[in-house]
Amino acid sequence: MYNLRTLVVDDELGMRLGIQKALSRYKMQLAEVAAEVGFIVEMAESAEEAIEKINTDRPDILLLDYKLPSMSGLDLLERINVQESEMVTIMITAYATLEAAVLAIKKGAFDFLAKPFEPDELKKAVKKAAQNLILARQIRKLEQEKHQVRFQFISVLGHELKSPLNAIEGYLNIMHERVAGGELKSYDEMIDRSVVRIQGMKKMIADLLDLTRIESGQKKREIVECDVCAIAKAAIESMQTAASARNISIKLNADEPVTMMADAGEIEIVLNNLVTNAVKYNRDSGQVRITLKKEKNLVKITVSDTGIGMSAEESAMLFKEFVRIKNEKTRHIDGSGLGLSIVKKIATIYNGDVNVTSQPNVGSTFNVRLHSEESKPTDPV
Amino acid sequence: MNTAKKILLVDDDIDFLVQIQTRLKAQQYDVITAEGQQDAEKILAETKPDLAILDLMMEQVDGGFALAYHLKQKYPDVPIILCTAVASETGIEFDASTDEERSWIKADVFLPKPVRFEQLAREIERLLQDKA
Repeated sequence: MYNLRTLVVDDELGMRLGIQKALSRYKMQLAEVAAEVGFIVEMAESAEEAIEKINTDRPDILLLDYKLPSMSGLDLLERINVQESEMVTIMITAYATLEAAVLAIKKGAFDFLAKPFEPDELKKAVKKAAQNLILARQIRKLEQEKHQVRFQFISVLGHELKSPLNAIEGYLNIMHERVAGGELKSYDEMIDRSVVRIQGMKKMIADLLDLTRIESGQKKREIVECDVCAIAKAAIESMQTAASARNISIKLNADEPVTMMADAGEIEIVLNNLVTNAVKYNRDSGQVRITLKKEKNLVKITVSDTGIGMSAEESAMLFKEFVRIKNEKTRHIDGSGLGLSIVKKIATIYNGDVNVTSQPNVGSTFNVRLHSEESKPTDPV
Repeated sequence: MNTAKKILLVDDDIDFLVQIQTRLKAQQYDVITAEGQQDAEKILAETKPDLAILDLMMEQVDGGFALAYHLKQKYPDVPIILCTAVASETGIEFDASTDEERSWIKADVFLPKPVRFEQLAREIERLLQDKA
């Protein structure tokens, strides 16, 4: 429920009281912005009184007579610097010429109401103004929230980057102080762990660069005809060594050829991340199955594994940034916690989506749906 | 010569385990490590350590609390050092310096992470001496 403060500026008492009567007990539903709105009506009979009221406590809506005794409504608008405020002004006039309307809008008025008007016309104009006002507020709130999310992201990122450095520093200090004696061999495990942490950090930085590139739109996207099968095969090949080491088989099913208009780099990221996960979170001697399907301009990518799976609760938070499912089974699997949030971002760019179905100790299936892009290259926004 | 004191070290951060274990061994302690509450409970079923160092937040947020509680039930005389990053991550301060706090927290000492080894070593020495 919004109570919008409405200031009526008119030298005619009848007009002021009429507007007050029409609005003060009036509640309107604004479906477009999902809000209920009421009005608190205040009045001013002269421009001077109005300016003072506006400067002390700016109303949400200003109903302003075009012709006041000491100055025109336009002059008043100039005095109060409407452009920079959120206040919405509706100009009321008996001389409803097109010129006057255009001038008023130029000076920052939002709408125009011609005298004489019916209560319904007034309500209609006020409703439009209220909608505009509330929408602007909602957008601003959303931007603030986005800002907040960014801030949180950076703070988590700082933590995630600091933790491997702390670990490596700890190992180096132990080696430096020769805590485990003079033999290099005694430090093998620490060197291995340091390398693992460095690799994890490198992967995180690479993912982070992917993410910022996608989000900022700084990279010029090159929309070309992509062979999704070929990209999938390349993704499989890059994971083959890791898969073979654990006797995991990877199969590709595709109604060849599956092609789409896309930025090849983005499709590569999607397939690489999904195939990597399917191997990483699999059991030894498990299977990975990749299915590619094309229906008109929609490409469906399905990657399923026979791995550790997860609970519904865990699936629900899976696509958020830096979320890593932490349990006994994932303890020894490294990851940046960014891979799937990147997949989701890319799917959104392609007007698509990603979801997961999973069962603990049976496996997980990821479904990605991507729509083919227009053939013209899109410029960064 | 005294037999080496046995310390149970439980943390899901492998690097923390390796580093603290290495440093404790260099000080002639006998160290048993566990990577989680379950592993630790298994060890405790068969072994009584002289002292335990537990991480508060493991897979379950309160894994360290639960473990400390079970440990004190089974071996009331084993001192517990609870390490936690809670203060640095959430700003909530924990302490176990009063009897009232110790009565429900079930730890003898709280150490904030990142743990400075010198401080940890001092606390271990003090707790083992108090016990003796």
